[in-house]
Amino acid sequence: MATVTTPTPWFLRRPRAKNGLWSWVTTVDHKRIGILYGYTAFVFFILGGLEALLIRMQLATPDGDLVSADLYNQLFTTHGVTMIFLVVMPMGAAFFNYFIPLQIGARDVAFPRLNSLSYWVFLFGGLFIYSSWLFGGAPDGGWFGYAPLTVGGDFLPGDHRIDYYALGLQILGVASIVASVNFIVTILNMRAPGMKLLKMPVFIWMSLVTNFLLLFAMPIIAVALFFMTFDRTFDALFYTPAGGGDPILWQHLFWLFGHPEVYILILPAMGIVSEILPVFSRKPLFGYSFVVFSGAAIGFMGWGVWAHHMFADGLGPAANAAFAVSTMFIAVPTGVKIFNWLATMAGGSLRFKTPMLFSIGFIAMFIIGGLSGVTHAVVPHDYQQTDTYYVVAHFHYVLFGGALLGLFGGLYYWFPKIYGRMMDERLGRTHFWLMMIGFNMAFGPFHILGLKGMPRRYYTYPSGMGWELWNMISTVGAFIIALSVLVFMHNWRKSKKNGEIASADPWDGRTLEWTIPSPPPEYNFAEIPTVTERDDFWHRKYKEDKRGRPIPVPTGGAEMHSEASEAEAEEGHGIHMPSPSYFPLIAALGMPIMAYGVILNSWFIGAVGAIVCLAGFYGWVLEPATDESH
Amino acid sequence: MDRLRFRALTNSKYLRRVVALASMLVLSACISADGPANYLYPEGPRAIQSDRLWDITFAIAAVIFFVVEGALIFIILRYRANKANAQPKQLHGHTRLELLWTAIPALILTGIAFMTVPVIFDQAREPEGALKVQVIGHQWWWEYKYDNGVVTANELHVPINRPVLLELRSADVIHSYWIPKLAGKQDLVPGRINHLTIEATEPGEYYGQCAEYCGLSHANMRARVFAHEPADYERWVAEQRAPAAADNAAVAEGRELFLNGRFAGGQQCVSCHAVGGTAAAGVIGPNLTHFASRTGFAGEMFEMNEENLKAWLRDPPARKPGSKMPDLNLTEEQINDLSAYLLSLE
Amino acid sequence: MHDATVTETGSHGGQDAHATYTGLDNVKLAMWAFLGSECLFFGALISAHLLYRNQTMGGPTRHDVYDIPYTSVSSFVLLMSSLTMVLALAAIQRGDQRRLRIWLMATALLGASFIGGQFFEFTEFVHAGLTIQTSPFGSSFFVLTGFHGAHVTIGILMLLSMYTLSKLGKLPSSDARKIEMVGLYWHFVDIVWIVIFTVVYLFP
Repeated sequence: MATVTTPTPWFLRRPRAKNGLWSWVTTVDHKRIGILYGYTAFVFFILGGLEALLIRMQLATPDGDLVSADLYNQLFTTHGVTMIFLVVMPMGAAFFNYFIPLQIGARDVAFPRLNSLSYWVFLFGGLFIYSSWLFGGAPDGGWFGYAPLTVGGDFLPGDHRIDYYALGLQILGVASIVASVNFIVTILNMRAPGMKLLKMPVFIWMSLVTNFLLLFAMPIIAVALFFMTFDRTFDALFYTPAGGGDPILWQHLFWLFGHPEVYILILPAMGIVSEILPVFSRKPLFGYSFVVFSGAAIGFMGWGVWAHHMFADGLGPAANAAFAVSTMFIAVPTGVKIFNWLATMAGGSLRFKTPMLFSIGFIAMFIIGGLSGVTHAVVPHDYQQTDTYYVVAHFHYVLFGGALLGLFGGLYYWFPKIYGRMMDERLGRTHFWLMMIGFNMAFGPFHILGLKGMPRRYYTYPSGMGWELWNMISTVGAFIIALSVLVFMHNWRKSKKNGEIASADPWDGRTLEWTIPSPPPEYNFAEIPTVTERDDFWHRKYKEDKRGRPIPVPTGGAEMHSEASEAEAEEGHGIHMPSPSYFPLIAALGMPIMAYGVILNSWFIGAVGAIVCLAGFYGWVLEPATDESH
Repeated sequence: MDRLRFRALTNSKYLRRVVALASMLVLSACISADGPANYLYPEGPRAIQSDRLWDITFAIAAVIFFVVEGALIFIILRYRANKANAQPKQLHGHTRLELLWTAIPALILTGIAFMTVPVIFDQAREPEGALKVQVIGHQWWWEYKYDNGVVTANELHVPINRPVLLELRSADVIHSYWIPKLAGKQDLVPGRINHLTIEATEPGEYYGQCAEYCGLSHANMRARVFAHEPADYERWVAEQRAPAAADNAAVAEGRELFLNGRFAGGQQCVSCHAVGGTAAAGVIGPNLTHFASRTGFAGEMFEMNEENLKAWLRDPPARKPGSKMPDLNLTEEQINDLSAYLLSLE
Repeated sequence: MHDATVTETGSHGGQDAHATYTGLDNVKLAMWAFLGSECLFFGALISAHLLYRNQTMGGPTRHDVYDIPYTSVSSFVLLMSSLTMVLALAAIQRGDQRRLRIWLMATALLGASFIGGQFFEFTEFVHAGLTIQTSPFGSSFFVLTGFHGAHVTIGILMLLSMYTLSKLGKLPSSDARKIEMVGLYWHFVDIVWIVIFTVVYLFP
């Protein structure tokens, strides 16, 4: 509207690259950002996996001495931090990025540049934490970093390891909050016409709940981490018992974040599974509204169970009893989901394609994790279980058997949409069975080890405890998992290059992403769809006969519709997509610099970081809306 | 071919065998009572009380496990795609069913809650007529202080059939005191005082360990509880209350070194350690008054014998990661003298 | 220039006509969501302070250091800045750039005097022997009010940026929403202070 009177200075011009490295660096396209999230998370998955293999090799036999106690403590801490904050969370974000707009019929997220900001902040946060390996060692206080171990002067070796933890998670938290604001607005505001809340795909629902949890949980850990940093850097006394501080405050703040965090990790996978099961059962999701409401219920109840991580803290019987009861009852909505998934499959026409296998694996393993979770709530016995491998078994069954299997299912399910080719089914099945066998061998024995009293976080153990056999089995299992991941990587590479060409709708899908070509054009939808039904695409393809069986509608389907509108788009009805920008990257870059400033105790470096950050944001606000050549 | 193999794998007979084998493995693992930390075979009344709750909960969980996983397997086998079911009935939900599978788990959990909550309160009650002992967690050893003045380390001696109320404190970071066969664990939080009751009914030795990650040698922070007949316990107390072994000419050199020697960096034994009846009154490290009466040392990492003790004195941090006792650069002769002295402290 | 709004609100192409589901535009909804997140941030800070307000470890207590009349005045100053903020928004909506700048600057100055007052207060407390290292009371007081002060400072930066944009003629009335967003943030920070003042200073 207002014409620009003065030419834009060179540094404010929007980048134009459409291909090559620079186009990825400056991209604001939600699909590309999703892919960046996915690949980055996968690289961290490999790193976290290697850490796990070292841990398992150390523990394969009694008195293992492959790594020192010092290195072991760094390994298990970074393994946990990596898998939670740098793998499962960003892998969820990858799916949010790529598929929220596609499933709600939007051309992009609400704030494309904010979206790119959250990716870069996440990447730099992860690199910042990993840079600690080069500068005196990685964090070694455990992923929940209990004070005062993590704030006291010489309770742990190394000067700054915990600073990398505290500041790194702080940076990652910024990425999460920014992303959650973006996705919440996208989902609430930008759905295609007609897609009322209760017509949204379940994946969108679970994404919405997850992002609300992120929005409200991340500021709490931000405060907890700031206190830790103030204690460590400026000798404040929040968690320092000698100065009157209370280390239990850290635990309350951490778990007040940490328990919602558990649902942040699992809900996206539950959403993915709720998408996959109906497609491969040829039946709608059973009890849609119950699945949605139980997801929301988990989101609410997740705030009232945090102290079950602290049963052995001495909070008193009243608190322990209250949290025991709330913990038991959060199992109810989880159970409702499982029953509805089973009912979705029952009476269906089940096709056991790889995505379906992983979804079934998810259900089977999550049942085990859920049941062991209920046994934790039996407080008098939790006094025995807590801090043993029994707990480690539980959270690997929900986070690996649950979240990761669900996410792998999602990768197989949506690969054809992302790359326009099918993944190899044979390799997919090999991956699945190897992973299931390896997983149960690696983590099943943890139940037994825990019940036989093996505590967590022991870098070694003596013989004669009855732990030898199970540790050895577990280590073998870990290597089978590693093998399965190699199969997956091979499949991914091979299928990307030579996989069978995928149609727009290879699985006979139900949701809007299958109405557009594979891979989707930059603008996703040539024409914004109008939604009339839940599983709208399915209802365009099938009517129901009198007995409730689907009968194909001859004119339904994606091809015609999208071809027509694609032609329209080609004609140059010019769909304006947001221009690329490098300012999100610059703004993000300022954050690790500030963090190094804290670590080096240098106001100068801190100020440089702040200036870089501010420069990024000012450029952001001032850069023109589009590349002027357009 | 692949399809066939895949079928074979999900074939019901095969699966049934796998399930049977797996459950047998799990059961046998649980049945075997090996291992001093196996709390499925509790020995103290507290641990037995907790274990009863477990037995019931586990049985319920096992039934649910077999029912739900069984349903899953049944559905997989029954509803595999075929020509007949290619266009299945589009069922969207069933409200009564939903209420049912909300209510049934809720009822089961209510039952478990009713069973659990009273025990939580019961275990928090202070027992009557208890023996009180202070337990202080240090990186990486346990200190015990009895009301009668006895101070010892790592090995707790208690009479049988009398509850022992442990008052838990920490000198540095959070630890967790855990004697699996006798009771669940309880954290030692600096700045707070927690309580834990243990009780043994049979004389004997009970294994213990630290359960809250506390730094480098978290894995090397073990404990032993010795339960005695009351008379034996009284005898032990009397021995411990006696001053350290009187002057013994054979270990005079070692005694001199211990009390007055200055080692690398001007360090002295007595700045950290105490020996009752001598001038040594350090409080940083374990009290050594009746050191040689113990069966292990350094957080029960090593059995008490001359060889281990000498190896320890040669370079403690090399033997125990992070050990707060530094390498004192002792000569072999000093090591011989010191270990002779320490082993005389019975 | 108008395209900026288009791309950044996501109502591209054919979607222009389609109103958002919540009836709020994207930026405003995002701001509300962000402020919701901030509530938890300050909630955690305030709770920690309440836990520690009596944990003075022999150092100065709150009765020793708080000067209620003084802080009441600076609270009043901050409260007034919300008024000038409202006037700034009204000015740009009327298309009155001159008044817009006057009220923006007034708001920034009121905010700056609040920060100046806080700086003076901090100095006084340090002289009285209360620092971040004295006691958990000191730690939690300084970190809570310090983070609030940082929020005010960022607000002032945003106000000054808006002022500059207006001066350069790059803040047309059609961009009134920008002022509205800065205002939302500013009022929020103001309300947080009212809570802090009540809970931290006045609460007996």
